[in-house]
Amino acid sequence: MPDQILNVDNLSKSFAGVRALQGVNLTMERGEIRCLVGENGCGKSTLIKVIAGVVQPDEGTVTLNGRQYRQIRPIDAIREGIQVIYQDFSLFPNLTVAENIAFNYNLARKKQLVNWRDINRIAREAIAKIGVDLDLGAYVEDLPVADKQIIAICRAISQSARLVIMDEPTTALTEKEVRALFNIIKTLQREGIAILFVSHKLNEVLEISEKITIMRNGRNVTDGNTAGFDRASLVKHMTGREINETNAAIVPQAGNGSVPLLQAENLSCRGRFADVSFSLAAGEIIGITGLLGSGRTELALSLFGIRPADAGTISIEGRPAEIRSVQDAVRHGIGYVPEDRLIEGLFLERSIGSNIVAGTLRRLTRRGLINRAAVGAQIRQWTENLHINTPSTELPVKSLSGGNQQRVVLAKWLAINPKILIMNGPTVGVDVGSKAEIHQIIRDLARQGIGVIIISDDLPELLQNCCRILVMRKGRVLEELPTEGLSEADLTHRLSATAPAPASGTPAHSGQRKQVRPS
Amino acid sequence: MKKILRSSEFFVALVVMVLCIIIGLINPVFFSWENLFDLLRSGVVTGILALGCLIVIVSGGTDVSFATIAIFAVYLASKILIAWQFDGTVLVAFLLSAAIGTVLGLFNGALIAWFRLPTMIVTLGTSSIFRGAMLVFIGTFIINKLPQGILAFGQATLAQVSNANGAVIGLPVSVVIFFGAAVLVWLMMKYTMLGRGIYALGGDRVAAERAGLNVIGIQLFIYGLVGFLAGISGVVHASLVRNVNPFDLIGTEMNVIAAVVLGGARITGGRGTVFGTILGVMLVVIMNNSLILLGIPSYWQRAAIGVLILLGTGITAWQSKRESAANLLES
Repeated sequence: MPDQILNVDNLSKSFAGVRALQGVNLTMERGEIRCLVGENGCGKSTLIKVIAGVVQPDEGTVTLNGRQYRQIRPIDAIREGIQVIYQDFSLFPNLTVAENIAFNYNLARKKQLVNWRDINRIAREAIAKIGVDLDLGAYVEDLPVADKQIIAICRAISQSARLVIMDEPTTALTEKEVRALFNIIKTLQREGIAILFVSHKLNEVLEISEKITIMRNGRNVTDGNTAGFDRASLVKHMTGREINETNAAIVPQAGNGSVPLLQAENLSCRGRFADVSFSLAAGEIIGITGLLGSGRTELALSLFGIRPADAGTISIEGRPAEIRSVQDAVRHGIGYVPEDRLIEGLFLERSIGSNIVAGTLRRLTRRGLINRAAVGAQIRQWTENLHINTPSTELPVKSLSGGNQQRVVLAKWLAINPKILIMNGPTVGVDVGSKAEIHQIIRDLARQGIGVIIISDDLPELLQNCCRILVMRKGRVLEELPTEGLSEADLTHRLSATAPAPASGTPAHSGQRKQVRPS
Repeated sequence: MKKILRSSEFFVALVVMVLCIIIGLINPVFFSWENLFDLLRSGVVTGILALGCLIVIVSGGTDVSFATIAIFAVYLASKILIAWQFDGTVLVAFLLSAAIGTVLGLFNGALIAWFRLPTMIVTLGTSSIFRGAMLVFIGTFIINKLPQGILAFGQATLAQVSNANGAVIGLPVSVVIFFGAAVLVWLMMKYTMLGRGIYALGGDRVAAERAGLNVIGIQLFIYGLVGFLAGISGVVHASLVRNVNPFDLIGTEMNVIAAVVLGGARITGGRGTVFGTILGVMLVVIMNNSLILLGIPSYWQRAAIGVLILLGTGITAWQSKRESAANLLES
């Protein structure tokens, strides 16, 4: 079968006793666009790594272009025309755009010497192919995430790839960039290149793919033509249970109590945001949204004392509160779940348990020494309450899937018993099943009287959970909208009506410019 | 142009120039041929070691053992040559010393590449082992009667000047070795895939592995090459001071690392150039040799170098912090 590029047969792999893959099969043919879907931690990333030769399987074989491999080295995979675009892009931050694009090309051709003119030519050709404009001499570390994605794609197509595997390629792209990417994918397909597209965004999956393979818990669940699936059936196969995504039954509850829990008045921070006023009652969930650069994250950072506001007042439970530092914020019972949990929210190399108690260690001491029993009890309490799924809390956090990592961040902040919880992008890079559970956790917290602020691009998320939504633009609050009776189309319209121009802003749906590492 | 102004090499060059002008204004002796030759002479050993150190730092590692390797290699090589009663060309001394250095460097490389141990810990450990082994098994005495070839090489000069007192000051031939090595390292780092691989490794190790780079091979090469250069610099050192003292050189690794870092190499890896390193070496050598011309007590040299390091790395760190704060607002 010369047309078969990839055949994965009965592949199994375990990490530290955890079965990541169990008897997985996958076939790809020339010019085929296939989507690989599954929840976080279902083994998608491991499967990709095996095909790319980065991880060696325990059992099973991989056949590339008719040649069977027991062990593939990365260089073998590249020579067989397998190109993987990882979620973290695997770029060299210290090298220029041109060199990043041409590096693997030169390496695969076993070049010993470097011809800088060639490097620029290869890079220019690749960039021309997808019709974008990039400064070839810029260092990658100085560029925004969306550009890095484009560079990774350029690098893949600059090598005569037969199969391009894209791991969550649209996470960091705007609507317009996603369109461009889909066009590129169609172009590649016409040239006979097969595309394996891994994504959480089911609408995109249904739109771009011809075939779909669904995985769950390290096994194949089902496989078939895209025409045979719809959103609901995908979700059902992925999670193994029915999840009503629209969840209309849940009515966001209004807050209670006469004195607002948090009251911000004319809060300003030079160059970041200005004149922001809002209030949050106990037990209330409010949302803040806005396009990139709207100042919503900056506002959150100020409320949490990272970049204190330089004008305006904050009062908590009716008393004026000075929040000049994170310590102040924590003392006032404010918790912050950051936008990028990998960088700001977790000690990735440390154990799950240490991460959970990181914020409360001082309370878990006796005469200055750490009270092991209390620490253990707290870790157990939160892993159970938040259903963190792991064989051991001693494992490093990076061994967890995205949804579980997010729960660890949540646990860390819940452990300080916050009165106010600010969550920035609480479900970015989290799969459908975990997303529903995280939403449930948030609503439960509100029911217990915690005031929650959700900052998000995900409009359905805001509409389902919040009772009011603040729309920000250029550092100011434009509108405060009650969600009752507000439709998604309405909100999209309000958001885009405030946008300066559709091209420079981010359409509300896809604008999650975040880098998410492979789970 | 903007890029040149923003590069760290530009800053170091500026500092070197300003420093030269100030010292020269206060004491015109600084601009004499005599002083220039003297500076070059004292910069050669530091310079060769710095080239090796640069490669390690670019790859994302830290080596603190190369000074020990240098003295170990030349000490053992001299002992062997004396035992053989060899009095021929200095090339044999260089080959022997470089071979010994390479073996010791490969030992570091093996521990680092195969066992994936942290580079600084490995080289701290091995430098102690090498030093102990040298003192126990090879000897503790200063060798004053060096083989003729090494002595002759130390006296050979490219040019000579005589100063006011009638003393003749020469420019040693070993300067050629330093500049030759610098050109070779520059060519390797800029125009070979191996060199680019070293930059890639220092930029992101995981990405380098995924790209299909032979990371183990590259690391073996790097530490082997550092050992090789150390062996060469050991012979140069011996030829200039006309003896081999097993207690020499050890401790100079901090000066060398300082020179490389001042030359703009990023201590976390991925950035650094030969040109910058040469500037960094100039800076350190001038500070070490010329503060005395200003009448500044030599005790201040170390403190002055420390201040320079803090300023040099501090400015770049501060700049990148400001830039990332600006990015935060844009994104």
